[in-house]
Amino acid sequence: MSKQKLIVPDKKLVSRRSALKLGGAGAAAALMGPGFVRYAQAQSSEPIRIGFQVHKTGIGAAYGKWYGQTTDAAVKLINEAGGISGRPIEIIAEDDATDPGRGAEVVEKFATQHKCDVAFGTLFSHVVMGSAPRAGELKIPYFVVSEGHHVASGKLNRYTFQPGITDVRSQVISMAPWIAKNLGKKVAMIFPDFAFGYDHRDYFSAAIKAQGGEVNALIPIPPTETSFSRYFPQIPADTEVIYHVMVGPAVLTFVKELGEYYGSNHPPLFGFIDSLEAVSLKSPGLEFLEGSYFWEAYPRYAGAKPTDADTFYRGKVGVDQYGASVSDPNDVSTYSHMFGCWETLYIIKQAMEAAGYTSTADRAKLIEAVEAITTIPEGNEHPQGDKVFNGKIHQVFGHQNITQVKNGVGELVYRTTIEEGMYEPEDDYSKMAL
Amino acid sequence: MGFFPHLLLAILEGTVAAAVLALSALGLALVFGVMRVVNVAHGEFFMLGAMLAWWVAKSVPGGPAAGFLAALIIAPLAVGALAFVTERLLLRRINYDPEATIVATIGLMFVIQQLALTVFGADAKAVSAPFTYRIALPWFGFSGYKLFVVVASVFILLAVWWVLARTKWGLVMRVTQFDRETATAFGIPVNRVYSAVFVAGAALVAVAAVLIVPIQQAHYLMGLDPLLMSFIVVIIGGLGSIKGSVIAAVIIGMADGIISMFFSPTLASIIATLAVALVLVFRPQGLFGVATR
Repeated sequence: MSKQKLIVPDKKLVSRRSALKLGGAGAAAALMGPGFVRYAQAQSSEPIRIGFQVHKTGIGAAYGKWYGQTTDAAVKLINEAGGISGRPIEIIAEDDATDPGRGAEVVEKFATQHKCDVAFGTLFSHVVMGSAPRAGELKIPYFVVSEGHHVASGKLNRYTFQPGITDVRSQVISMAPWIAKNLGKKVAMIFPDFAFGYDHRDYFSAAIKAQGGEVNALIPIPPTETSFSRYFPQIPADTEVIYHVMVGPAVLTFVKELGEYYGSNHPPLFGFIDSLEAVSLKSPGLEFLEGSYFWEAYPRYAGAKPTDADTFYRGKVGVDQYGASVSDPNDVSTYSHMFGCWETLYIIKQAMEAAGYTSTADRAKLIEAVEAITTIPEGNEHPQGDKVFNGKIHQVFGHQNITQVKNGVGELVYRTTIEEGMYEPEDDYSKMAL
Repeated sequence: MGFFPHLLLAILEGTVAAAVLALSALGLALVFGVMRVVNVAHGEFFMLGAMLAWWVAKSVPGGPAAGFLAALIIAPLAVGALAFVTERLLLRRINYDPEATIVATIGLMFVIQQLALTVFGADAKAVSAPFTYRIALPWFGFSGYKLFVVVASVFILLAVWWVLARTKWGLVMRVTQFDRETATAFGIPVNRVYSAVFVAGAALVAVAAVLIVPIQQAHYLMGLDPLLMSFIVVIIGGLGSIKGSVIAAVIIGMADGIISMFFSPTLASIIATLAVALVLVFRPQGLFGVATR
């Protein structure tokens, strides 16, 4: 396009008179408008800006899509009900490419460029580890939905919270008693060879030992692995339970090859649904999982008697009773993780209202208000169940579920109490300076 | 498990790995050899082939075998067509300049990757093998389809070798590879040969993807691994030497299978990467390559 065209508009489109009219109206609006609006509705009608750090691309993209859908549904609902202290929520979504370096940049953008009130929504633990220090430096409250143990471990900072989803340590210690009692005491663990897998390795090994059991083989698998048969000879013959937690797309191959290796005669399997989030349990090759057990934070399959809150939540997010999109039954959600976005947004709302939050100057008050939260009741705002929040370690504790795969859907066999997943706090963030 | 069954599984796994490597590197070796350009989007052609295999298998009625056969026809045609467009609109415009081609195909790689994410979604997709047969050994079971992949890759490699060595088409390609200018002087339409080779390379990698995807899964980021491994195979084997690539694939595949089973997968990767470095230092043209003229 030439410069000339940009400067001199087509006369047919804008006559001098209409240009004057438009300009006049514009000037009036510019002079009056914002001032008038501000005066009438007070400053606080400006939206609360929540920076949403989302894995739109990269290895976490399947999760990112559903985190987005859940967040949109919750924000719509909150805004329809009057927003936070009468102010609507505005979501500013930025893709972090599931990359820790990019994650830190995104947090910085939220704080300095978008002027967000808080940042929210990160899942993958290495992105949390990469981003949290920057959030602490910039003093922007950072609410992650990651389930990693890093928040509760005390290794992060006072600005980082995990109020919507339980951490790995809590999940695995609550599973150990059931596994020891119902499946067996000699457990071979297959886990990813990085931080997330080490949390499983360390805390589950200790927990099963406390039940009189033992881990008879530790089989770490590099996260980029595409072929798994070579690892299976490491599973000892006297193994009573195979414990598997895998991440990434290659998990389908993992299950297929495990099936080929063992055939129908294999030790019981106990897995973490992380392996198969966004994947239908009816996918070809997964027949091998029939009868096996899974940990689920929030059972994907609604079952015969879903709670009212679960039905409400599914309806608003657009997920059917099998945990798949209502518009496409093959589009399976990340049901055991994404509820954390929904519940975290309600925690942000609760804390902001309790703190009388008006602007970023009130961030310290907001942080103290989140730390003051203790019990969280079950309901439409917290459909996964009631929870207990520990303000010292910035971590929430909740019920865990064990499901068994029957005809390709996970049926609930046991739901833990909150206490089964509790442990002594390792640190106290609330003593750190703000 | 005793030593013998352990070794048997290692050799089986190594053989499958070698077949997968040779199949995915074949197209790259052909393009690299004849055109002397590096197609960084090679891995994305592989990914597209796998995605199309999934899509065709899903859309074609009549079970996994029918879907597999349909994919075996549709995927190479579609990926070949894309390669044809790429060659005409991209490579020909930059006159097959090696550096410019690398940059252009890096761009193409991202475009294809993000389009796949948009169109097919981010979740991993399982594709059924055309048949399921579990070979039950006394110590462990092994997938019959994996052995079929080995047989199929031997067949495809022989077919490509036959075309290159025994047909007029092969002769024209070899002449173009040997000396582009003399070939032009002898009336060989070098541009058309380039076009055909680029399309054939892409179609071959799509066939490889259709064969391999039932033992892996389709995912929009899956192209990186075959790209890297193909480069390793092609560099060790020697630029443009199909024979060298096959031998390199067997060495790396078997070494990977055996080392990773008896020691650790990380050690296997270290050794493969070290081998590339050593070959580049001591024999830059590769084990079977001929130094460029």
